[in-house]
Amino acid sequence: MTKHLKVKDFGKKTEQLHKLDPKDFTKLPYPYENWVDPEIPEIPEARKADRDVSLDGILNVNFPKPKTKEEEEELVAKFLVGLRRLLTKENNWPFLKPFMLSLDNCVKCNTCSNACPIFESSGRADIYRPLFRSDILRRIIKKYVIPGGSLTARFSNNINLNWETIARLAQLSYRCTLCRRCAQTCPMGVDNGLMTREIRKLFSQELGIAPQELHEDGTVKQLETGSSTGINPPALMDLVEFLEEDITDRTGLNIKIPVDKPNADVLIIHNAGELLSWPENVEAFAILFELAGINWTMASEMVGYDSVNYGLFYDDMQYARVTLKHSEVARKLGAKKVVMGECGHAHKAAMAIGDRIWLAESNIPRESSMVTMEDIILNGKVKFDPERNNFPVTLHDPCNITRSMGIVEPQRRVIRKICPQFREMTPHGVHNYCCGGGSGFAIMQSNNFPNWRMSISGRKKFAQMLGAFTREELDSKSGVYVCAPCSNCKGQIRDMITYYDAYERMKMLYGGLVELIINCMTDVKEGYIEWEDFH
Amino acid sequence: MALQIFSYFAFAVALIAIIIRVIKYATAPLHMRWELYPVPHEKGKAEYGGSYLEELNWWTKPRETDMFNELKEMMSEIFFLKGVFHHNKRVWTWSFPFHLGMYFSIGWLVLLLLGAILTATGTEVSTTAGIIGKLVYYLTIPFGYAALVLSAIGALGLYSWRLTDSEQRAFNSFSDYFNLILVFGVTGLALVAHLTGDGDFGLVRAYMASLVTFSSVPAVPFLTTLEIALVSFVVMYIPLTRMSHFVAKYFLYHSVRWNDESNQRGSAIEKRIIELLQLKVGWKAPHIQTGETWMNIVTRETKHD
Repeated sequence: MTKHLKVKDFGKKTEQLHKLDPKDFTKLPYPYENWVDPEIPEIPEARKADRDVSLDGILNVNFPKPKTKEEEEELVAKFLVGLRRLLTKENNWPFLKPFMLSLDNCVKCNTCSNACPIFESSGRADIYRPLFRSDILRRIIKKYVIPGGSLTARFSNNINLNWETIARLAQLSYRCTLCRRCAQTCPMGVDNGLMTREIRKLFSQELGIAPQELHEDGTVKQLETGSSTGINPPALMDLVEFLEEDITDRTGLNIKIPVDKPNADVLIIHNAGELLSWPENVEAFAILFELAGINWTMASEMVGYDSVNYGLFYDDMQYARVTLKHSEVARKLGAKKVVMGECGHAHKAAMAIGDRIWLAESNIPRESSMVTMEDIILNGKVKFDPERNNFPVTLHDPCNITRSMGIVEPQRRVIRKICPQFREMTPHGVHNYCCGGGSGFAIMQSNNFPNWRMSISGRKKFAQMLGAFTREELDSKSGVYVCAPCSNCKGQIRDMITYYDAYERMKMLYGGLVELIINCMTDVKEGYIEWEDFH
Repeated sequence: MALQIFSYFAFAVALIAIIIRVIKYATAPLHMRWELYPVPHEKGKAEYGGSYLEELNWWTKPRETDMFNELKEMMSEIFFLKGVFHHNKRVWTWSFPFHLGMYFSIGWLVLLLLGAILTATGTEVSTTAGIIGKLVYYLTIPFGYAALVLSAIGALGLYSWRLTDSEQRAFNSFSDYFNLILVFGVTGLALVAHLTGDGDFGLVRAYMASLVTFSSVPAVPFLTTLEIALVSFVVMYIPLTRMSHFVAKYFLYHSVRWNDESNQRGSAIEKRIIELLQLKVGWKAPHIQTGETWMNIVTRETKHD
């Protein structure tokens, strides 16, 4: 019988709690039945000396190891203070109610585990069960925070709180993409994704610990320079000039991209990552809006040109700071509405969570670009020829847009209209699987985390992508297209196609939805999607 | 007398515990939206998980909700345990009879109380009584046996699942086992008590009548006395444990998972959020200005512009 790891053993003093073995990972479908993942590189000993990797050997949170007994005790004390703050109105009103409800009411039926692609792909490693992570927190609170807990713990919820427990919990909170698929299947409505986010918040807001890509290189950089990419306002203007020239080169069209136009009907905010990695996406929106006759603009003010909000993944304060900047920029420009470009977490940050914090005159209405594009295509505002898109296309559903916001059909109505060979993944819509790059994972490129992200968190999605196409289509190498209308998802999918060599093997290409639209517009010269240019 | 005091006490504790729980969740501050689709009241869209955010200029359109569909979803969740059925059939096999047993138990207790009130007010409850007395008499019997049999089967099944499933066992605690054994023990004992001496629940109804009228305890056999004591204990115990998750489930679904109410300018939501932003923050990380209000902290950069 398999020996399962118990929650009470989480803090035990072993070198590594779980050893990842590629032989345990789930099998992939055709043509990857014989695919063997490379061993995940070990963290060098020198690095291990000051950073804790005792959870699973993976490092994406730079958790400093305490050097003395006093430091260990201080860490435990600070952690408990943070935990108490999570349970107070003053410090955690934005999520106190959902947190309390999820904290109090798990019946430990493990239904959540079977919904989790990370748990499944890893070969059912106990540490990746959604329940496992939450139960650690639950037990610590019951034993160390609730009065009399140390007495009742021996009957119900024993756990030993030491620095190892805390360090591993920090890492473990970054082994979940917050996709909330587990919450969807929970019979009680308990949300382990939310619980994970609360753990991340505790580490960030009390101990100042968060992955560098999210904090220093993410929200801090965005608030200081204007964008997490480092693009500042003057650099943006240079980029806009480049985009205009590139549009002319690619399509022959002369389009002037409006920036800071006051009182425009539409202010579009893109994920600034698009500007650097996929400028064709931003250009495609410019072409579409111009040819559809929309009165639109982009913003050049700090933060207003980057819809990214990594605070959504780990820190309420940073989240609020960024989203309020977005709302201020929209107000100052007098925009009638803000359209969120193809970025899932930006949608959720500004439209769902942000719904209650874009206040008063800064509460400018927000709309998904899926909806804006649907209006343009279905109401005949541009001319298109679907035959130009006559290749196999499947659609990836970004979790934040579908499961968390219920925007499911507009993108499908567009794609059904313009792609004759469209087919769904299984499952799809609100029941989709995460790309594996959710909650900031897609931008985490340090240490050995990318290997974990490719071989475990993205594995299920890659299997889904393969499953959407027939063997003949994959074998023909004539090109299959994965449409991912989300910047972070695209980053993850790009990395997976590279890791699994899927472009070379099957000519699997990926891109956004708006590129498919431009590719079939008859007012634009053919070949907007460049099949020979994988990037 | 001691038994009656214990029953009153148990009922009072149960009531207070449930009220405290309801107050705890009902008075928690307004939270950020955190809904999860499908949301069943989305008219015409719930089937595929869509929302009003799919509409062009959604804020200009009247919200159309389908409360009948939400009610339907609630009922299928409450009475059929739809979620568990779809996602964990092994658990549903035992959880369904267990919950059904609990619902019959509530019905049984209500019928006993009704019978007790009728008896106390001089209306006979028996095979020869008038139509109401007869109805209560005949309904109590199937409700009582269904409650006891289904609860016992469900509790035993869930216990054996927790015990034999190796993946599950790692997460079980003493209280998980104890709760199920308790329910099985009490319902099993009650079943024996009724099959051997109080087949039509007349004795427990008489006991209930004594509680209603504050009169002395009728003569009941030892087994029935034990049953009454243990049932009273369970009535008190359940609201003190996770088994009373029905309270939280209501809030989890209605207040979080299905709460998609949007904030409009000048709305009550906006007012409440502005109040909450005046709270002072205690977080100590370097990027947070500890001791200042949320409003000051999160708008600091904005104000500089």
